[in-house]
Order: sequence, then structure tokens, then C-alpha cells
Amino acid sequence: MGQIELKGVTKSFGDVQVIPPLDLHIGEGEFVVFVGPSGCGKSTLLRLIAGLEDVSGGHIEIDGKDATDLPPAKRSLAMVFQSYALYPHMSVRKNIAFPLKMAKADQATIDAKIENAARILNLSDYLHRRPGQLSGGQRQRVAIGRAIVREPAAFLFDEPLSNLDAALRVNMRLEISELHQKLKTTMVYVTHDQVEAMTMADKIVVLHAGVIEQVGSPLELYRSPRNKFVAGFIGSPKMNFVEGAEAAKHNAHTIGIRPEHINVSATEGAWKGTVGVSEHLGSDTFLHVDTEFGLINVRGGGEIDLHAGDDVWLSPDLSQLHKFDAAGLAI
Amino acid sequence: MARKISNRRKIIMTVLAWSIGFLIFFPILWTIILSFKTEGDAIKTPLQVLSSHWTFESYALVQERSNYFRHFMNSVIISFGSVILALVIGIPSAWAMAFVPGKGTKNVLMWMLSTKMMPAVGVLIPIYLMFRDWGLLDTRTGLIIVLCLMNLPIVIWMLYTYFKEIPSEILEAARMDGAGLRSEILYVLTPMAVPGIASTLLLNVILSWNEAFWTLNLTAAKAAPLTAFIAAYSSPEGLFYAKLSAASTLAIAPILILGWFSQKQLVRGLTFGAVK
Repeated sequence: MGQIELKGVTKSFGDVQVIPPLDLHIGEGEFVVFVGPSGCGKSTLLRLIAGLEDVSGGHIEIDGKDATDLPPAKRSLAMVFQSYALYPHMSVRKNIAFPLKMAKADQATIDAKIENAARILNLSDYLHRRPGQLSGGQRQRVAIGRAIVREPAAFLFDEPLSNLDAALRVNMRLEISELHQKLKTTMVYVTHDQVEAMTMADKIVVLHAGVIEQVGSPLELYRSPRNKFVAGFIGSPKMNFVEGAEAAKHNAHTIGIRPEHINVSATEGAWKGTVGVSEHLGSDTFLHVDTEFGLINVRGGGEIDLHAGDDVWLSPDLSQLHKFDAAGLAI
Repeated sequence: MARKISNRRKIIMTVLAWSIGFLIFFPILWTIILSFKTEGDAIKTPLQVLSSHWTFESYALVQERSNYFRHFMNSVIISFGSVILALVIGIPSAWAMAFVPGKGTKNVLMWMLSTKMMPAVGVLIPIYLMFRDWGLLDTRTGLIIVLCLMNLPIVIWMLYTYFKEIPSEILEAARMDGAGLRSEILYVLTPMAVPGIASTLLLNVILSWNEAFWTLNLTAAKAAPLTAFIAAYSSPEGLFYAKLSAASTLAIAPILILGWFSQKQLVRGLTFGAVK
């Protein structure tokens, strides 16, 4: 249960094609994250899977059955929205019970499932409250609870953590990952935050202008990006790119090196530069160094004691160098 | 920076606001005062508001001559009936226009509004003839239908504006949760839109209550609401100001009281969509 197959799916709004023909396989029990910059079509793709938008072409299969023309309710999918989308006039209990009521489940089943979901999500003490009386994190848990009780073939998450503050986001990220391990249900998760993608996904789908740039595990994408876009998008701080003569030395149009793969020294190295800005986080130090190739970001240990205006030498770890051709594809 | 308002300006604005309020309310106040005067005092100029005799005789006479309660019940049934019918039609229509708009939605909305710009008398004869042929003249059913049609554009516009404020994600969540169209409107949209629906209901009940053109032209005795009851006192016998005022006061009192208790809802109804 929970296999999703997209075959030549396209989506146009009027004359504008936002998703050119696209194929994708989401395996049973996988945690798949759609990631990409704003406007890349990731949410549209999720809504196509959910049935909230009609496809302009192609087919969507869920568990081997053609679901292209099925209404959302008939696809055995549950969705968690960015804005929680709770029913404000219903208590938490009624919110969670709503899908079961719609499925005409008997009261005993409804009660048992609500208790179970509330226990899993630590909501037992809040069942009588209205959504307006809950914090952001609790509301998101209610939204997840409403999805859980349906026992769907797959969960769809549309940027569910975007409205939460940074600390809560980290907690909820862990909770959703734990939930996935517990339920072992397919989850499709949309985010623009590549840290969320890297930490949660079994498989990341990187999208750009409606096109899948690369599909792979987080480390595959990190270590072997297929093109410059993926290389630049995955990893934080983002990869440095150098073109021209320096790249030509490595038989490439562009070379890419991640900030954590550059050694910094005050006395010797390959590239000379001046620290523009230094950010000391305690555990890490981020240096923004002005070099003859432009701005290079460096990530070093917390012990680095360099400050703005200091002259430094940078030495890229050549074994970690990424090479790209003129079209931006990895060599 | 917040705008500073001086005390002097505040006082001027307050006095101005009260003066405008008083000016608007004055005709109603005048009617109420006249209703407690004798016919002789009522036509005296200048009117002696405080010094002349106060009396209930006009009310007693009005009660004697007409059946206030029957007119009142007709007004209640016709105004609430027409608005409830308009809501039953208007809620799904406004839902469709707010959440699944098509290319022509804006045009349909504008067309509906344009019907309100047409003088009602322009369609009086065809409607009168239809009512006569269908046996709807002087019936509550007939008035409910015609007032429903008159108010429907306003009902749909008000609900449309209110529904536009409801996040569509909540309705999408209901769809994902297995709600069909009926359940989505009945269990999710309508309860969430209760304040908007209440405002729409109140405002349109007031409009229907005060509607005089159709009620006077399409009723005679049986279905005549309070507007016809007032009109009965501007009779060929001559103008009796005190009795006319007493009848008017009795006719507007219920809706005035309703309006007073629901002013917050009414203001909200007239301003929703204005502030997010």
C-alpha cells in the first residue's frame, strides 16, 4: 500500500505550462521530499497527486490503480496543509473525527481511533479545545492527527512546518520522522528548506521550473549532484562555483567546492583572499572571503580566530571537487 | 507614526457625529413624538413638543381600526421567509462563485447587481400579470418569492464577499477528508460563515420588512404586511398625522429593536471584505 506512480503528468494554467511531462515513482513506505525554490511547481505537483488540481495530461496511479480522475476523497490519501487548515468551529476531537464521520465509521471505532491518535501525538489533554486555543505546534499535530485516523495509503505534507518558529520546527521535524518510522506509511513532503529535505527524506526530488533535476537519497544528491542547480541547492551554506582559468586547470567549465571542503590558513594555500565577513557560531565559523574568483564561502571549526579584514589562504580539497561542463551538467 | 488627534479636534468631530446622527434619526423621533399627540396638536405649527398634551389615543384608535397582529405576522413571515429562501439559494451560489470561479463569474456578479439598478416599476406589469394568472396575488407565498428575488443579488454579493475571506485550504482539507459537496457546505463552510450569514440575514430582513413597493402593489388584505398597514392611514379620508405616526411607530418598532440589538452584526455585515 502506498505506491504512487506519475506517468507523463503535465499541468498548465491557461497557456502557461508549469509542469512539463514528468515521470516519478514513489515506492511503498518511502519518505519522499519534493524540494526546490519558490515557484518551482512542488506544491502544484503535490496537489495534482492529492486530486485538488486536475492534471492537464498524463496519468497518476496509486497502488497500481489509475487515480487520475478520482476525486481527492477517493484516493486514500491524507494531506497536511501549511496553514493547518483545521476547522475552527470544531473542537480538536471533532476535527480529528471529521474524516471518520465522513466515512460513516461507527462511534466506537471513531472514539478508539481518536484516543490512539491523541496518544501518539500527545494531544489527549487538548481534545476538548478549539484550534484557536492551541499553539502552532499543537495545531499542526491536530492536522497530522486528522490525517492519521484515516489510515491513508500515503500522507501528503505541504510545507507543514513553515508557519512554526525555528525551535518548534526542529521538534516537529523529529516528530514527523518518528511518526514515519512508527507508521511506515508512504509520505510525500513538500518543502523549500533543504535542511528539512536532507534530514527527513529517504528520497529527495529536486525540482526546478516544474522539471525534476535529480532524484536520489540525500547523500547521493550531496555527493554526486547531477548538475550545477542541484549542487547549488543542496547543502548549506551553498556550494562555491569558480569559472574561467582556474576551472580550466581541472578540465571543466565550472568547478564547485563546498564551503566545508575548503581549508583555511593564515599563512599558505592555493587561493589568496581577504575575509569580508566572519560569522562565529561557536560550533562552526562561516567566513565570506573575497578572492580573485569572487566571493568564496568557507565553513570551518569553531576555533578559527579570523576576522573581517584578515588576509587568508584557501586550499580546496581536490578530492571533493565537482566539475561541470558549459551546460552546467556534472562531468 | 500614529496620527495625533488634538482634543479640540476630537470634540468637534464628536459634536459633528452626534449632530449627523441626530439629523438622520430626527424623522423617526418626530414620528414617535407625533404619535403621542392629539390630532389637533399634531398639526399645530410650531409644534409644542413638551407643553402640549401627551396621549395614547392614536394607538388605541389604530388598534381598534386594524388588526396590527395580523399585519405584524405577515411582515415576520414574509421578511424572514424571503430571506431564508434567498439564503438557501444564495449560499451554494456564493460558494460556487467564491471557490470555483469560472471565466464569467465576475460578469454574472455584475449582472446580478445591475438588476438592482433597474426601477422596480419597470417590471411591475409583467409580474402583476404573472401573479394574477398563477393565483399569487395577495398571498404570502407570492410576496416571499418576489422579495426573495429582489434581495437575492444583495444576499449573494454579501455571502460572496464573506466566503472570499475563508481560506480555501480549509475546504480543500474537507475534500481530502472525504466530504462531498453537500457535507462541505453544510458541515464546514456554513458553520464557519455563521457571522456573515447572520449579518446577511439581518440586513435583508430589514430591507424586506421596509419594502413597500411590491407589498403595496401585490397585496390587498390577506397578506398585507406592516407597510400596507401604515399606508392604510394615509387614506382618502384625509391625513391624520397622529394616527399615521402611531401606525408607523408600531410598524417600525420591531425592526428598530432588532436593529438596535444586532448593530454589531450589521456593521460587520456592511464592512466585511473591507479589512482583512
